[in-house]
Amino acid sequence: MPNTSNAPTQNYVPGEHPDLKPPIGQTGILLWLRKNLFSSTFNIVLTLATLYFLYLVIPPLLNWLVLDAVFQAGSRDECRALGEGACWGFIDKRLGQFTYGFYPIEERWRVNLTFLLLVMAVLPVLWEKMPKRRIMLWFSVLFPFVSAWLLLGGFGLESVNTDQFGGFMLTMIIGVTGIVFSLPMGILLALGRQSQLHFIRWICTGFIEFIRGVPLITLLFVASTMLNYFLPPGTTFDLLLRVLIMVTIFSAAYIAEVVRGGLQAVPKGQHEAADAMGLKYWASMRLIVLPQALKISIPGIVNTFIGLFKDSTLVVIIGLLDPLGIGRASLSDSKWQGLATEVYVFIAIFFFICCFSMSRYSIYLENKLHTGHRI
Amino acid sequence: MNLVKNAVAAAAASLLLGGTVQAGTLADVQSAGHVKCGISTGVPGFAFTDDKGDWQGFDPAVCKAVAAAIFGDTSAVKYTTTTGKTRFTALASGEVDMLARNTTWTFSRDTDLKLDFVGVNYYDGQGFLIPAELGVSSAKDLDGASVCIQTGTTTELNLADFFRTNGISYEAVPIETNSEGQANYEAGRCDVYTTDASGLAATRSALEDPSAHALMPEIISKEPLGPLVRHGDSEWADIIRWTLNAMITAEELGVTSANVDKMATGTDNPEINRLLGSEGDLGAMIGLDKAWAWRAIKMVGNYGEVFEQFIGKDTPIGLDRGINAQWTDGGLLYSPPFR
Ligand SMILES: N[C@@H](CCC(=O)N[C@@H](CS)C(=O)NCC(=O)O)C(=O)O
Repeated sequence: MPNTSNAPTQNYVPGEHPDLKPPIGQTGILLWLRKNLFSSTFNIVLTLATLYFLYLVIPPLLNWLVLDAVFQAGSRDECRALGEGACWGFIDKRLGQFTYGFYPIEERWRVNLTFLLLVMAVLPVLWEKMPKRRIMLWFSVLFPFVSAWLLLGGFGLESVNTDQFGGFMLTMIIGVTGIVFSLPMGILLALGRQSQLHFIRWICTGFIEFIRGVPLITLLFVASTMLNYFLPPGTTFDLLLRVLIMVTIFSAAYIAEVVRGGLQAVPKGQHEAADAMGLKYWASMRLIVLPQALKISIPGIVNTFIGLFKDSTLVVIIGLLDPLGIGRASLSDSKWQGLATEVYVFIAIFFFICCFSMSRYSIYLENKLHTGHRI
Repeated sequence: MNLVKNAVAAAAASLLLGGTVQAGTLADVQSAGHVKCGISTGVPGFAFTDDKGDWQGFDPAVCKAVAAAIFGDTSAVKYTTTTGKTRFTALASGEVDMLARNTTWTFSRDTDLKLDFVGVNYYDGQGFLIPAELGVSSAKDLDGASVCIQTGTTTELNLADFFRTNGISYEAVPIETNSEGQANYEAGRCDVYTTDASGLAATRSALEDPSAHALMPEIISKEPLGPLVRHGDSEWADIIRWTLNAMITAEELGVTSANVDKMATGTDNPEINRLLGSEGDLGAMIGLDKAWAWRAIKMVGNYGEVFEQFIGKDTPIGLDRGINAQWTDGGLLYSPPFR
């Protein structure tokens, strides 16, 4: 009988037995495959079906996206003459428009710089182990003012009107502003809703319920048209600013409810312990209750942010040109007609990257803050 | 804080005064340095952005002509895109100063909605676009068809009338914008797309294979499309009206963007001279200078030039002048005289 096992044929002195390799098929990729893909008949069928599906989908997709695609062209007809696949030449020609909207070409460096500064401002907030974090945090606080100056101009820079904002830049502005301002506002609203003071509680509850009871698109309409009826004729109150305010209060109302969930999950004992230590309301909130509540609320908060980011595309209805609006207007150019798929795929990739990174960051944060303490 | 207080006080005041007329649009426009113009979200040939990010098309051309007349600068326009549903609110609320956006002049819009149509820049009618393979030759055979239709338009109402009077039924697929309509139609979510025939020609040109689609012979409505302003400032309406008329008259009199400079020095046709400002001072009567019409024609072109540039026979849209020819050529374009 041949020796099929890799068990030693040799005897060892007790205690001297060497570490043996696990049998083949019990480690590495083979084990993983067997355990995850081929563990039962049903799983085998599923795996094969999936493989077949991928085989059907991926090659044509790859052909269309990359291999047969045309990356440089002056019009759709040129594209079609050059290749069967996607006409990225269109996106290439209009990349500036998709990114900056109608921002003056000579001034676009300001948008780029703002974006760079945004990364620098966000890093210390998100990344705890960042070197020189304290100093950098001060920069983060200043960033909103710096960026407003850079984007709008004035004080030495040529001023640019907000109606020239558009494309991804607009999405980022709405998304980032909404996120940055709605979080503190939402937390305050959540605390207010739990307040012992009736007046504050009523106001906060009323506000939250009112805003949650209306669709965002209605608020945007109010921002774009109704406000004009109330403001005195001749006053101009920037449309983008109105939209930013509406988007912020909208998402603040949702954040407030998410945070309230977190607050209610913090056991009463924690409040009482804080009281027993003689902490005043704000101190006990800041040191004891909120850190726990917010930790629990992270998935919900990030969820709201992702929703907010995607809802920013609604502004196209009131005439602000986000990437979809730019796409629509560009697609009507007779030179480039019929390339809707390219535009939507391109925009989808952008949104996917943004939203996916947000959700990955939330997972990272949850793991980091997971101190093992279960309530 | 003060600002908020002021705003609230002013809001209360304006509520009390209620519906005060907004006079002085020209002065507002001049101090702002641009015309706020409402356009569509994108219809091939009628409104689109070019590679440089500038709005172009048959409709923005009207905005540009007005900006040229007032400022001598076609880029002094702030465009706001509007859908069929939002356009009138945008105009009435002052979000825009004028609309140039495939909008049909109707009784109720002119009166009940308190808008003023200043003229017609395209005489249109509602048609149907269908895939050629459907093999239908008359709109009356469309019983039971699903129809893509933009909400808030005359199209919607005409369609209901047409199907009712012919005793046939249809299923409406409501859409918001032209590009959405095109996408739905192309994906087969509706059998038929209906809107103004010009818009259909434009949409057809943008399809993957235009020859596989056909416009039906029936035109079921009258759709005089033109620029409009809100009630309450007739002086402002005059400026838009006569800028449009200047473009139409220029074509009638043979003034083009190419020869306008030469003609402006004086011709033996007194109407051309009045139009271009070498005789009399018509501009002063609408609060502008003598050269207002000259600038509009020079920078944007006369009506025929604009038509041919964006939607005419040599463009992918390929529209005939048809009834949009000058009255001298048997069409309906007939501008009142410059006198
Ligand atoms: N003329 C009709 C219909 C106008 C209309 O909505 N036309 C479409 C198709 S030509 C359009 O302009 N759409 C522009 C857009 O989708 O933004 C009306 O005034 O109600």
